[in-house]
Amino acid sequence: MSLAAQISLSIGTFDLDVQFSVEPGEVVALLGPNGAGKSTLLRALAGLAPIDGGRIAIDDTVLDDPAADVFVTADARPVGVVFQDYLLFAHLSALENVAFGLRARGMPRAQANKVAAERLGRMGLSDHAGHRPAQLSGGQAQRVALARALATQPRLLLLDEPLAALDAGTRAEVRTDLRRHLATFAGMRILVTHDPIDAYALADRVIVIEDGRVSQTGSLAEVTAQPRSRYVADLVGVNLLSGDLAHGVLTTPTGAQIVSLDGAAEPTPDGSALVAIRPQSIVLHPEQPLGSTRNVWPVTVIDIDQYADRVRVRLDGPVPLVAEITPAALAALALQPGSRVWAAVKASETMAYPS
Amino acid sequence: MSDATRSIASPPRRGRQGRPGRPGRPVGRDRLPALALVLAMIAVAFFALPLMGLLWKAPWSNAWSLLHKAGSLTALRLSIVCSLWATALSIMFGVPLAWLLARVEFRGRGIVRALCTLSMVLPPVVGGVALFFALGRRGFVGQYLDRWFDIRLPFTTAGVVVAQTFVAMPFLVLTVEAALRQFDRRFEDAARTLGASRWYVFRRVTLPAIRPALVAGAVLAWARALGEFGATITFAGNFPGTTQTMPLAVYLALESDPAQAIVLALVMIVMSFAVLIGLRDRWLGAVTTRSA
Repeated sequence: MSLAAQISLSIGTFDLDVQFSVEPGEVVALLGPNGAGKSTLLRALAGLAPIDGGRIAIDDTVLDDPAADVFVTADARPVGVVFQDYLLFAHLSALENVAFGLRARGMPRAQANKVAAERLGRMGLSDHAGHRPAQLSGGQAQRVALARALATQPRLLLLDEPLAALDAGTRAEVRTDLRRHLATFAGMRILVTHDPIDAYALADRVIVIEDGRVSQTGSLAEVTAQPRSRYVADLVGVNLLSGDLAHGVLTTPTGAQIVSLDGAAEPTPDGSALVAIRPQSIVLHPEQPLGSTRNVWPVTVIDIDQYADRVRVRLDGPVPLVAEITPAALAALALQPGSRVWAAVKASETMAYPS
Repeated sequence: MSDATRSIASPPRRGRQGRPGRPGRPVGRDRLPALALVLAMIAVAFFALPLMGLLWKAPWSNAWSLLHKAGSLTALRLSIVCSLWATALSIMFGVPLAWLLARVEFRGRGIVRALCTLSMVLPPVVGGVALFFALGRRGFVGQYLDRWFDIRLPFTTAGVVVAQTFVAMPFLVLTVEAALRQFDRRFEDAARTLGASRWYVFRRVTLPAIRPALVAGAVLAWARALGEFGATITFAGNFPGTTQTMPLAVYLALESDPAQAIVLALVMIVMSFAVLIGLRDRWLGAVTTRSA
């Protein structure tokens, strides 16, 4: 049971053109900035927006294929959706919400309520079965929405920003909960999010969508190690530099040079390339360091963000960088915006790959 | 959505009342400036005085016999039956029309909406005349109704219902259309993904959501139908027992027997007042909330 989607769809001046597949039992996160087309993509998969071109199929069942004049309407697709703000029906109790899909498919009320009660029980919501959505907390509402979407036993489950409607205090807890409940569903799951933490916690694989196109796909570890765009690099907090690579040295458009000998058996071929540098790999020195470090640049501190156990320092110099240092190092260097220091990165700590 | 529903379902005045435990004593920002208060009191008097005038002039001693005087109760029954029919027809055709106006993008939608709500601003007599030339026995539709189906509307009880529906339906259409526009359609999307057909979605999701507006619109339409005079008398005439509704009976009685007119007027007032009190701002409040 796998999903093959090739979608092209235009709404006004925005056009979406993506191709991807989801393997049986896989959890895929669609990651991307706001307005990248993630929600539109979900609507196309759910049958709420017909595609202009391409083909959507689950196994041999074609759901949408304009060329062959096939369009399966939303109510007939084996696709369940958990919407961004859950969209629970306000005039129905939690139980009736979960039973809705079963009733809509003609199951008698008593039987539908029994199945729904059992589903709610599995979500730990038996005590709230008679409550209206307005009486539920954000986390409870999310579980009801999930139970409702799963009650009709879809083959593909879509979750649109399932954690966006929650406040920061409950997010982590609900995320853990969601992860547990998602694991009980054996079908394919696609999760839309703009938060890499959600993707990391919930998904096996990430598909990055930017401006209506797939810009990168892979496991989160792969994407983090080799970001292919400024968006992904910023998202995962990695410095990304692009330029021309020749003999292990990257030259940026502004003329700065980064020596990158990643120690791989096969060196990265010369040509247009990207170099990723983890902020933790950057060492700051008050004076120009003398030693074996190949990459040393004079830089100016732009600003300093302090977190509980680490400090992120934004630097301007031949290349813009973000360094992550310890609070102790910050104190020792007496850094403040405008401080002039030296940034050093070992060549082996950089990662070069073709762009 | 839940918040909106709650604010619609509960009387708005509750939320804006002063501190709890001190009903009837407006405090802080609820207090009106003196001038506004005076004007408001004049407005209340303006509505209350005519009612008091009627009560003052009412022939209490023989009210009962006047009410039972030939035709009065017949007129009352006819009024109730016809206005309920008109309300039912307004719902039956008005909800789909509201749906069309709210949901379907088509050229000339504004013109269609204006056309369908024209009878709200038109003098009812003009509406009656128009109906007469359309559905009368020589009218360009009426002649075929007569010839092919043996249906004659003018000067019949059915004609009363047609005239009342003509003037009443726009109230329902506009109210329901506003509610449909305000309703978040993503709830319908959610229902669709759960396997619901369009008709099931309408019955189980859309209709419950717009129910307060539908009730408010139906009450407005019913009130308009109940009070309908001009179109009825023009199109359906004034025949006791078949087309003479209460407003017509009151008007006629005023010429012959003012005491009877007062009694009939009071009956209508009591009936309308009872409906308004019964619904309170619970449903009618929905109109203000939605149009605000």
